[in-house]
Amino acid sequence: MPEITILKRPREEAVITQRMFFKKTARGKVIKVLRERYLRDDISCGIDGCRACNTTAQTILSRSGDTTHKDFPTGHYILPDTNVFLAQMDLIESNYFTPPIIILQTVMEEVRHRSLPLYSRLKALTTTDERKVWVFYNEFRSETAIVREDDETPNDRNDRGIRKAAEWYNAHLTLAHPPIRGQPKLALPKVVLITDDFANRQKAEREKIPCISVRSYVDGMKNSDQLLDLLSATGSDEVEPTRAVAGRTALYADYLPMSTLVAGVKAGQLHQGHFNANQFNYLEGTVPVPAFTKPVLLMGRENMNRAVQGDVVVVEVFDEREWKAPTDEVIDQEATLKNDDAEDSEEEGDDLMVHEHESKALRAEHAKKAPTEKQPTGRVVGIIKRNWRAYVCHIDSTSLTSSNATSLGLQTVFATPVSRLLPRIRLRTRQAPSLIGNKILVTIDRWEITSRYPEGHFVRTLGKAESKEAEQESLLLEFEVPYRPFGKAILDCLPPEGEQWVVPPKSAAIPEWRDRADLRDLIICSIDPPGCQDIDDALHARRLTNGNIEAGVHIADVSHFVHPETAMDNEAAARGSTVYLVDKRIDMLPALLGTNLCSLRPHVERLAFSVIWEMTVDAEIVDVRFTKSVIASKAAFEYGEAQLRKDDPIRLLNSLAQKLKAKRMAAGALNLASPEVKIHLDSSESSDPVDVEQKALHETNSLVEEFMLLANTSVARKTQESFPQTSVLRRHLPPPPTNFEKLQDILQKRKGLKLDVSSSGALADSLDKCLDPKEPAFNTLVRIMATRCMLSAEYFSSGSVSRDTFGHYGLASPIYTHFTSPIRRYADILVHRQLAAAIGYTPLHPSLHSKMHVERIMEVVNRRHRMAQMAGRASVEFYVGLALKGRNEREKEVTEDAFVIRTFRNGLGVFVSKLGLEGLVMFKRDTQFDAENYTISVPSSDVGRPDVTISVFDKVTVRIEVEKDKNTQRGRVKMTLVNPVDSRAL
Amino acid sequence: MSSRIELLNAGLLRSDGRRPYELRTIAINFEAQGTADGSVTYSHGLTQVRVSVLGPHEAKPGTRRETFHDRAILNVEVQLAPFGVGERRRRGRGDKRLLELAASIKSTFEPVVQTHLYPRSTIDIFIHVLQLDGGLLPACINASTLALATAGIPLFDFVCAISGGVHGTQPLLDLTTVEENDVPSVVVGVMPRTGRVTLVQMETRLHMDRFEEVFRVACDAGKVLWSEMRGALKEQTGDLVDKLEAGPGMVVVKETEEM
Repeated sequence: MPEITILKRPREEAVITQRMFFKKTARGKVIKVLRERYLRDDISCGIDGCRACNTTAQTILSRSGDTTHKDFPTGHYILPDTNVFLAQMDLIESNYFTPPIIILQTVMEEVRHRSLPLYSRLKALTTTDERKVWVFYNEFRSETAIVREDDETPNDRNDRGIRKAAEWYNAHLTLAHPPIRGQPKLALPKVVLITDDFANRQKAEREKIPCISVRSYVDGMKNSDQLLDLLSATGSDEVEPTRAVAGRTALYADYLPMSTLVAGVKAGQLHQGHFNANQFNYLEGTVPVPAFTKPVLLMGRENMNRAVQGDVVVVEVFDEREWKAPTDEVIDQEATLKNDDAEDSEEEGDDLMVHEHESKALRAEHAKKAPTEKQPTGRVVGIIKRNWRAYVCHIDSTSLTSSNATSLGLQTVFATPVSRLLPRIRLRTRQAPSLIGNKILVTIDRWEITSRYPEGHFVRTLGKAESKEAEQESLLLEFEVPYRPFGKAILDCLPPEGEQWVVPPKSAAIPEWRDRADLRDLIICSIDPPGCQDIDDALHARRLTNGNIEAGVHIADVSHFVHPETAMDNEAAARGSTVYLVDKRIDMLPALLGTNLCSLRPHVERLAFSVIWEMTVDAEIVDVRFTKSVIASKAAFEYGEAQLRKDDPIRLLNSLAQKLKAKRMAAGALNLASPEVKIHLDSSESSDPVDVEQKALHETNSLVEEFMLLANTSVARKTQESFPQTSVLRRHLPPPPTNFEKLQDILQKRKGLKLDVSSSGALADSLDKCLDPKEPAFNTLVRIMATRCMLSAEYFSSGSVSRDTFGHYGLASPIYTHFTSPIRRYADILVHRQLAAAIGYTPLHPSLHSKMHVERIMEVVNRRHRMAQMAGRASVEFYVGLALKGRNEREKEVTEDAFVIRTFRNGLGVFVSKLGLEGLVMFKRDTQFDAENYTISVPSSDVGRPDVTISVFDKVTVRIEVEKDKNTQRGRVKMTLVNPVDSRAL
Repeated sequence: MSSRIELLNAGLLRSDGRRPYELRTIAINFEAQGTADGSVTYSHGLTQVRVSVLGPHEAKPGTRRETFHDRAILNVEVQLAPFGVGERRRRGRGDKRLLELAASIKSTFEPVVQTHLYPRSTIDIFIHVLQLDGGLLPACINASTLALATAGIPLFDFVCAISGGVHGTQPLLDLTTVEENDVPSVVVGVMPRTGRVTLVQMETRLHMDRFEEVFRVACDAGKVLWSEMRGALKEQTGDLVDKLEAGPGMVVVKETEEM
């Protein structure tokens, strides 16, 4: 164990060793700061065999230095100034850059103050074995320690310290190489100061210290041709090692007062809308506003003016001459701002580096763009409502000042949200080191005009990144899915019999049987996907004596159990929908209802709500009636099983379904596609994904679907007729033709195909014609892309919109609603109540007479529905990632076929249909980009060959890796091109 | 920015140039202060405290019922000079931090001072903190030990206190303010002759595995401090003896100073 000693500091040393100063904090308080330092003589110079230093210390630098440089034939060590590390880090890190380096403590600390990420790189450099790097603690060595003079800036003081250390080193070398008697005096190696600061060089020359600029040093190296490329252009004199603390200058414009905003929007001078960030380019966002067909484009930080995804903002649109087209470039926040510093809050106003990066990133060739591509462009002038919530984030480890696990100091760090749509959040925390590698919840508190990033605070830890629990919870939080267990008040609303509840025996006196049809004798069966527990629909069909067919759809009577204005009803309304994740289901209603009482299980009597049609054999509806009923299902089939059976009732149903479908298609229904994959789990316990597979569509799947559509349409007609003001309906607005412009253009230019979007029928026809004989998957791809151009369907209250907008575009139905899944959708429960009232079973609850009330619920349900879909998709994505990771470990390399769906200036958007995965292939170097034809030319991997052109719809092969982001520990899928060119070199 | 300081760099040097087990410089000045029976100005690094010991004396009228019939009581009062700490703020006598500090000093010395020799009396220890750069409690305790000794109050042993902390896995001794703000720390007061520990104070969480190591190092450091403190005390006492022998009015010229 090292000895414990008391250091003695001579009194006369106090001038250099003690420091007392006052500083003013951000809040305006004056703080007295005391510092002292102990100067020592046991700090080693690091040169091998130095007699003057303590030889027991480990040494790294060789005795004679590096003799390969032509300017220093007698050997040399280099001692770089701070600006060299700030500007030329790539050069220093290069493996070709081999001279022994002496890094001074002064330099280390300056780099640390300027940029923590650069400091981390520098530190990494000092710890690698193959490099000869010695850190000399010059501030603690008695000969080299200096004190700042009164009229000296901190910058000048550091420069002087560096020169002093260089001078000392050169003098010290004579001690390390004492002349040996009888031999001629050896030429000594030199310690060369490298700096790009001209003034510093001049002063050094005056003091006879060998010094040189980076460029001339590299010029003289033997492998200068490789290294000269690495010299960065910004490494010039304008970089000052330490910046004087600038006043906090505003980076953003102030918002206008609320009254001005409201008045402006009313007068039509300003426009209000939701802010949407661009996930490919963090410096760009759009705001769809009613006044323009295209959304208003916001370019650059200043114009986005602190808006965050989802905020309701007010924008001012610029003059038409200044309108721009969106950039074609992928700009990654982390890549561009990786050297930005979290703690720089007080002095970031003039951070030239960042500004330069960003303006470079934004500098797109607008002039070349066709004027048709230009979009209304503007800037945010105010915010009506912030939609901030808790965001799931990772801590950026390079922004940490101290990664020590025991450190309790308050640190300012960056939290990088999982969602690419959000800016980094600046966070002050005392537990930063222990949060690294965890998923954490962070909320934004404020975003000042002087701060580049929003400021937030830590809420709680969700767990280790990539652990299933943490990922699952973060997913639910990210999509705002309420996932708490049901409370007692809610469970008290369930029937007291619990699992033992049965339909009471038939009797007129019992309320359950009042006005209920007894359908227990009918041959009813259910068809569901394998492993389905919440069976909410069942079917029957039989021939009638008049030659017609009676077909019935029976839906679980959830509204019998869920009464309006109860705790359970309120909770279900708030949840809106059941959320299906790959390995978990978040129920809307307690499991007792979903999987038991309202599950139409075979051979059990259950309450149902039935829709019964009388149809001709050609599936023309003769009559329809709705009734509450009691049924007893005779069989529960799985999709595949039902297809094999095809006995009488099912055959009847099937023939009707096919005719219904044909009719629907004739009316112009769309056959859309979305990338759907299925995850195979290893076992229910481990839930490790084994494989990913594309979902197969069975015919019986469409059998059930047809009847559900029919039931929904019939119910919609009935409720709308009875309650024209408040009936709950679902519509799908026709997409504006402009949405398709880009896809039409691509198809026209790349494949010579035309897309007719004048009506849903025309679109369906032209989609059918989008075929590539060589590529069967091409049609699906086009369908997926067309689906993305459309609007999403929504619930609405019939009294809130005009009659002619009721239509459902995708289904080509004039009216539609959701009736068939009351266990998992709240809208269906409302429809059940309305239908029950429409047939006179119960009076309508007063809340459903209120248009306002229904509208409010619809708004919630629509949002929940959207979120549930996104959560489900994200869950699949996570498992696809896990499966890929597993495959990456088993196989050497995962490669898949993919289609190019988008081209960027510096990358490609690709779609891997086998995995339902969309990804980005980035090129480090710029490529020849032809925006007009959606084509990029990439240099071929073989030298001398002509460039390879890649365009949208081309089939390529990509290598898929899951790589962990070094800073945030966030796993992300990385794709690189394998065929036609290997993009790793690009 | 204080968090910008690297507490322990890769060369195992602390922010002030010390190695982990090196203590800051100590200066002890026994100059008399007013009417105090024993007084010491003790500076440890940039922390400076002045301790005056008065007594043992009869309890003041009105506080007599607080005394004990079989032993003396210790009365410890701590004052923080407004200019001594970072943020200039006047702290009254009721300041909770200072009361707590006084209480821990009191309980540290109760088993050390031979109070049974002075029944029904009071020993006052007045502590003025003049400047603060970490290690307040250890400085107060060490200074009080010396002041009690110079006041001629019989002690069973010295009390030598020192703070220790852990940076990562590396124990550090004698923390400065900057270090105290960041690393978990523990204050240990030892009686070096017997090796007994009379004070362990921890206000931060410290992992159990790390605690033992820090604790041992701090106990050893207490012994190093002891030799320093004993040396200073011996020198002071030697001076006094020389003065006594020379008689009143004489100036003692130390031989060593002439050489």
